[in-house]
Amino acid sequence: MSNATPTAVSSARAGWLLVQRDLRLGLRRPGEWLQPLVFFLVVTTLFPLATDPQMSRLRDIAPGALWVAALLSSLLALELLFREDGQDGSLEQLAVSGLPLSWLLLAKTCVHWLMTGLPLVLAAPLVATALGAPYAAIPGILAALLLGSVALSLIGAVGAGLTLGLRRGGVLLALLVLPLAVPVLIFGARATALAIALEPMAAPMYLLGAIVVLSATLAPLAAAAAVRISLE
Amino acid sequence: MNWTWFHRFGSPPYFYRVAGKMIPWFAWLAAITAVAGLVGGLGLAPADYQQGEGYRIIFVHVPAAVLSTMAYSVMAVAAGVGLIWRMNVAHAVAASCAAVGAWFTLVALATGSLWGRPMWGTYWAWDPRLTSELVLLFLYLGYMGLRGAIDDTARADRASAVLALVGVINLPIIHYSVDWWNSLHQGHTVLKFGKASMPPSMLVPLLLMMLAFSFYFAAILLVRARGEVLRRERNARWISEAIGA
Repeated sequence: MSNATPTAVSSARAGWLLVQRDLRLGLRRPGEWLQPLVFFLVVTTLFPLATDPQMSRLRDIAPGALWVAALLSSLLALELLFREDGQDGSLEQLAVSGLPLSWLLLAKTCVHWLMTGLPLVLAAPLVATALGAPYAAIPGILAALLLGSVALSLIGAVGAGLTLGLRRGGVLLALLVLPLAVPVLIFGARATALAIALEPMAAPMYLLGAIVVLSATLAPLAAAAAVRISLE
Repeated sequence: MNWTWFHRFGSPPYFYRVAGKMIPWFAWLAAITAVAGLVGGLGLAPADYQQGEGYRIIFVHVPAAVLSTMAYSVMAVAAGVGLIWRMNVAHAVAASCAAVGAWFTLVALATGSLWGRPMWGTYWAWDPRLTSELVLLFLYLGYMGLRGAIDDTARADRASAVLALVGVINLPIIHYSVDWWNSLHQGHTVLKFGKASMPPSMLVPLLLMMLAFSFYFAAILLVRARGEVLRRERNARWISEAIGA
């Protein structure tokens, strides 16, 4: 156990090292984390093509299109979260390191959000404008997606841990995570709709914030339990 | 407090024997309350002054909806017990809950949509409660999907237990969704504080039907859990003694 070795590190330091490592690994493979972003852009492009491209009509479906696309794209990205580390045994090393696994997985999830969630948030103004949202709505949309994508990454980490190493993991992951993500979708889309209508959006934002706090508290614990079970 | 009874249930032969003795009791109680509830609900209760005779589907719809969430709670509690005390029997109970709960959910959705057609003019409305019930069905399907995807029983038990506990978050959302969003669905009529908004001639049969569904759930759950225990312990010696082979 590394606790006994002279090079033992504190939990905070280990988390920071893990963040640096994952960021470095991620930045070396830009293709992987750009895929969810491109997917997000493609899906939101499909909505005007499949419906009526009039701006007034698009404005009505914009919140739904944005959030469904963000949800699917975060789902697509989830497979990247643990797969690589699960295959090469790094995850096992983290589990036996004697450091709190939930804390380390929280660090990994944060990096995962930085690489796959944040690009979506940054691309959202472009997409929202293309879907007919007024410029004044952009800050609200950014805030809603910022909270929502964090919650989606945290909730998704549990599903990714449960399906780690399963043969039919992909579809099952969607089946597990999508029902749990329903509240995020509802409040996120509601907040976005209010932002586009230039109305006060505090109520759904508070609920979204509550979901983020709750999932940040509980999801790493559940994800750690799931990963430990999957590694057995 | 003496906890030996609890630990005794952790022993598969004991559980198998006691469950076998309890099943007829639950089954008969379910039959009696169901007959009483159906006679009271379909025959004796007066027609609703607004909905006419059509409201009588409530005697199936509401118990099924209640049981769909109750089965999930039972599943989550059993899964939690199995996870914490590593109790194999508890995992068997949790695994047996899923399919029954999914059926209750499906029955609630089907009767609800049949009821919705004459009353709301549509089979399906995107009402929060209907939607939450549908999400509950997806949760059950996800739970069963995860169990099915893992070959090793011990790993399937523990992974699905974590999922069941995470999914419990959804239950309060179902319950409070009526208050959170404005909806087409009528509010709670049974468990309202103060004066019940239902006359006793309707309320009593409804409560009887809820009891009937609960007893039926208990009976069928024990049957399934016994089967699950048999499957898991198929190589144990006590089985040949229990079934007298």
